[in-house]
Order: sequence, then C-alpha cells, then structure tokens
Amino acid sequence: MAALVNREQEIELARRLLAGDAGAFDDFVDHFRAKVFHYTWLMCGHKEDAEEVAQETLLKAFQNFEQLREPDRVRSWIFRIAKNECLMKRRKSLFAPARELSLEELMPSKSSENGRMKLDIADWSQVPDDQALQAEMRAALGRAIGQLPELYRSVILLRDLEELSTQETAAILDVSEDVVKTRLHRARLTLRKTLDQYLLAGSLQSRQGET
Amino acid sequence: MLSDYLNLELPTETCAEIENHLKGCAPCIEFTESLKKTVELCRNYRPAELPQPAAAEAREELLRAYQGMLARKKSERG
Repeated sequence: MAALVNREQEIELARRLLAGDAGAFDDFVDHFRAKVFHYTWLMCGHKEDAEEVAQETLLKAFQNFEQLREPDRVRSWIFRIAKNECLMKRRKSLFAPARELSLEELMPSKSSENGRMKLDIADWSQVPDDQALQAEMRAALGRAIGQLPELYRSVILLRDLEELSTQETAAILDVSEDVVKTRLHRARLTLRKTLDQYLLAGSLQSRQGET
Repeated sequence: MLSDYLNLELPTETCAEIENHLKGCAPCIEFTESLKKTVELCRNYRPAELPQPAAAEAREELLRAYQGMLARKKSERG
C-alpha cells in the first residue's frame, strides 16, 4: 500500500505526470483512488458505486490531464470530476439522511445551576485530540456524517475532510462562497450535536457535579 | 459566523470581538471548543474502509488513458 501522501506530495505527483514522468503514476492512482472512493462512499453508501466512481474519475482525469493547467489545483480538479461522476450514479443513497434541523434545534439547551448558566452538553475535553481515533469514535463519526442531509454532507466532506478551500468547494459544487459557508456551519453544528448525543450516551462521562 | 471565526475567515476586529466575548463566557467557550473539536475530528478522520486494490485491467485502462493523453499532447506540439 502506498504511503500516505500529503497535499504537497500530491501536487508534486501531478507535476511529474504532466511532465510525462510515468514513475508517478502508481502513487497517484493509489492515492486518489482511495480519496475518491472514500468521498463517494460517504456520499452514497454503496461500496460498488464508490469503486466504479473512483475508476471513472481517474479515467476521465487521465484522458483530460492536459486540462489541469496548474498542478496546485489537482485536488479540487479531481473532486470536481468525482462529484459529477457521483451524480451520475442514480442509485438511492443507502444513508437515510435526517431532516435538516433548525438553528434553535442545533444549539444546545442551557440550564441554570447555582445561579450560573450551564450548557447541557457532554464533556468534550475527554475526546482524544488527534492521532488514530478510537475505532468506536471513528464509527460514530462515520455514521454521523452519513446522517447529514446531502447538501451539508458534500460541503463538510470537501471542506473539513479534504481541506479544500471555500473558493474551491464553491467551484466544485457550483454554488456561491456564501452558500458554502452557511452549509458548512450548519453541517458542523449538526455533526457536533450528533456526536454530543453519542458522547452523552456512551462510555465517556459527562461532567458530574462541577460548578 | 462561528465557523468563519474557526476558519480564520473573519476580519481582525470581528475576531477580537468574538475572543473578548469568549473570554468571559464559560458556556460559549465550552460550546466553541466542542465545535472546534468536531472540526478536528473530521480533519483527522481516516476511512476504515479502503477500496479493493485496483484490478490489473483497471490499472491498465488508466495507464492507456494517461499514455494516450501524453501522445496527443506531443503530437499537438508538432
């Protein structure tokens, strides 16, 4: 399996391919195949579709590779193709997205304790910072993403998972930057709420008896 | 606006305003931290599922497409 490739290395692979260096081919394919598979799978939930979309995306990408003017843009360029290929898979998503929540529903409730305002949320300080997410937490996050309404899910996948910019995401989704920002915020609030409920219900204890 | 703040997409004065409010407001700090953590979790999310390794024919198909593109590029340059 190819080593993890970061964004700079990605750009370097694209630059080499544009220059005709076929040595970059395998790493490029492995890297983007996994990325596109992951994106598509999270969008539609069907592994077979995700495999097909990954292949179709790379095929189109290589057929039109000369259209990639700047190697810097390779990630957003690939995802633009992937998004269109995804759309062509008409199968109903396996994920049954929850309805969109209103802003009021997305914000946690508050209660008063000894005259002080307290948020009714879990103790997030116990959530591991980074590194390998516990398998359980990762599964919870994956489910939570799958439950997001599609419009929010596509934005959070591109912005927070793939770390594309607001501008790049807007171009891929054919919407304005303001729309991207609004949807991203809603997506994050919704995810936060879902994870909050998971944390409150699960093994990580919520704060007990603190003032 | 909070997301823009977390993304560093706000003008400096507005950031300062938010930070000032956050300093004094425990529930807001807690909430912002949980939102920040949500974003971090997403950024660190690595898939549990990987695709099957590309079958030889699939890889061949991609390689042919790449080589075809290179050939076209070369011939267009004359």
